[in-house]
Amino acid sequence: MAERIATIASRVGLHARPAAIFAEAAGDQPLEVTIALEGEPIEDALDASSILSLMGLGAEYGTKVVLRAEGEGAEAILESLAGVLETDHDA
Amino acid sequence: MSESFAGVGVSAGRVIGPVRRMPDPIIAPADGAPLPAGVSIEEESARLAQATAAVAAGLKERSAAATGDAAAVLKATALMASDRTLLKSATKLVASGTNAESAIWEAAEAVAMQLTGLGGYMAERATDVLDVRSRIVAQLRGVPAPGIPDSDEPFVLCAVDLAPADTATLDPARVLALVTSDGGPQSHTAIIARSLGLPAIVAASGTTVLSDGDILFVDGIDGTVVRAPGAEEEALAQAYASRVALPEFSGSGALKDGYAVPLLANVGSGSDAQAAAAAGAQGVGLLRTEFCFLGRDTEPSHEEQVSAYKAVFDAFGGSKVVVRTLDAGADKPLPFLTDDSEPNPALGVRGYRTDGSVPGVLDRQLKAIAQAANGSDADVWTMAPMISTPAEAAAFAAMCKDAGLKTPGVMVEVPSAALLARQVCAEVDFASIGTNDLTQYTMAADRQLGALAALNDPWQPAVLHLIKATCDGGAAVESGPRPVGVCGEAAADPALAVVLVGLGVATLSMNRRALPAVAAILKTVDLPGAQRIAQLALNAASADDARNAVRNELPELDIFGL
Repeated sequence: MAERIATIASRVGLHARPAAIFAEAAGDQPLEVTIALEGEPIEDALDASSILSLMGLGAEYGTKVVLRAEGEGAEAILESLAGVLETDHDA
Repeated sequence: MSESFAGVGVSAGRVIGPVRRMPDPIIAPADGAPLPAGVSIEEESARLAQATAAVAAGLKERSAAATGDAAAVLKATALMASDRTLLKSATKLVASGTNAESAIWEAAEAVAMQLTGLGGYMAERATDVLDVRSRIVAQLRGVPAPGIPDSDEPFVLCAVDLAPADTATLDPARVLALVTSDGGPQSHTAIIARSLGLPAIVAASGTTVLSDGDILFVDGIDGTVVRAPGAEEEALAQAYASRVALPEFSGSGALKDGYAVPLLANVGSGSDAQAAAAAGAQGVGLLRTEFCFLGRDTEPSHEEQVSAYKAVFDAFGGSKVVVRTLDAGADKPLPFLTDDSEPNPALGVRGYRTDGSVPGVLDRQLKAIAQAANGSDADVWTMAPMISTPAEAAAFAAMCKDAGLKTPGVMVEVPSAALLARQVCAEVDFASIGTNDLTQYTMAADRQLGALAALNDPWQPAVLHLIKATCDGGAAVESGPRPVGVCGEAAADPALAVVLVGLGVATLSMNRRALPAVAAILKTVDLPGAQRIAQLALNAASADDARNAVRNELPELDIFGL
């Protein structure tokens, strides 16, 4: 399983607007991608394409999250999704 | 055949348009209600999935048609409707034998509670989740989605009454007029209509029979609604549409003879204040400081308050800004200040009275106002709401002095303060009449009750007599006359504004959108004329008689379509 740690760059945290952008991007991927706060057990990982799960994470600016996916091209997919999280969408 | 309904006109204008009814709010399904007989779990799950997909598609479509922030919000809401995690947990409930409505209701409730638990911004998003939930349930039931209806053509919005949350999403470009069967002249519907400049009629109890597609004539001036209007109404609407445009407010209110009547603005935030300054307001006659406090569980910090007040002061450097201290209670409860178990909150511990039950909050607010005032060149005046006795006025003045605030004042909303205005005003530097509450207390008529709308009218001669008593009392203070202003909705009614000036009111404070109309009508009378017109209103036996007698003296109202 591929893993990628990303740091939330939106100053307001992963709230509605940045969460919407990310959920849509995650939903467009051919693989199922999960997201969890860094250090949380893998069983607690949530569906990254669910805007409500993303908002429920309560990830603030600077919070580190872990993206995971399994399958062909997983690493490249996680890399591009991490890029979305590491952009400040409120700028 | 045309049919007419009577109500109370609360915002001027005459228009014709099709009806869209405000849908009834969605009623919660029963907890864990079972699947309908003969429906399989698979069928019910599919029905739920279809409903969420349909709601998401509808929101997505609206998002594509919108721009900017609205588009972003709609898009996020669409994603919530089609959220896989939400659908999964609801489907699980369906699998355990719950019907689709109850399942989505419960699943969304859990998500909303989780967001509320996070606090701050996420907590505010919980309402979006609940809104999506109502939309999905409406879809499952086959009833219209809650909220302001969607329509491509402009319409007359008919409702029982509108809540502040409804009016926040009201697009004045698509709504021609507001008609409610309930609500009074001081209801949220009336206030929002005036601030958006939309014709509006409230307390038109017969209008519950109107339905989508009916064509209506709405006369916000005399308070009538006509279904299937004829040539006569057509002509009135035409005349209104071709009314003489009001000149922009020059930034200096005065009567025809040059007698100065400063026109100020009622504001509730820094951005509001900037808009008011741009509209020419000569200062702020009412800064509602609740904006800092509402929707909070705890008192805002000193720094937070200072910066919020300073944002308003900075918009009016060199001008007067009248700050009203926290007016919590009754229809504006605050968890850390008011007791919501009072049987009669309008007559309860509200406004200045909360200083007795929860001391400290007012002191700290006055200190924050003083610090913000020191850092700006606005001329800051400070007044307390709901003052009833000279002793309360004196106590408030002493608190202001301790905090370093130099111009203390009181609001006159309670009839006792109007009747003892000389003694009350002697303790402070000025008074400002809150006509909404003064009317409610004089007439003993709840301002939100449509059934009492006719009583709850600031044109009631009894209210006008109390306004006169307040002005007379202020002028009779031995140590020098005290100015009396008006900052209620009455000041925004151009005909009533003439009466107020004639009664001795020194300044008028209103929603900034009312400034051009009030300024234009004041310009048509001189001071003796205003005094004579005020006397006509005082002598009238009813609010309607007073209004008609005054309107007859002010022909310019019709020219401007006011």
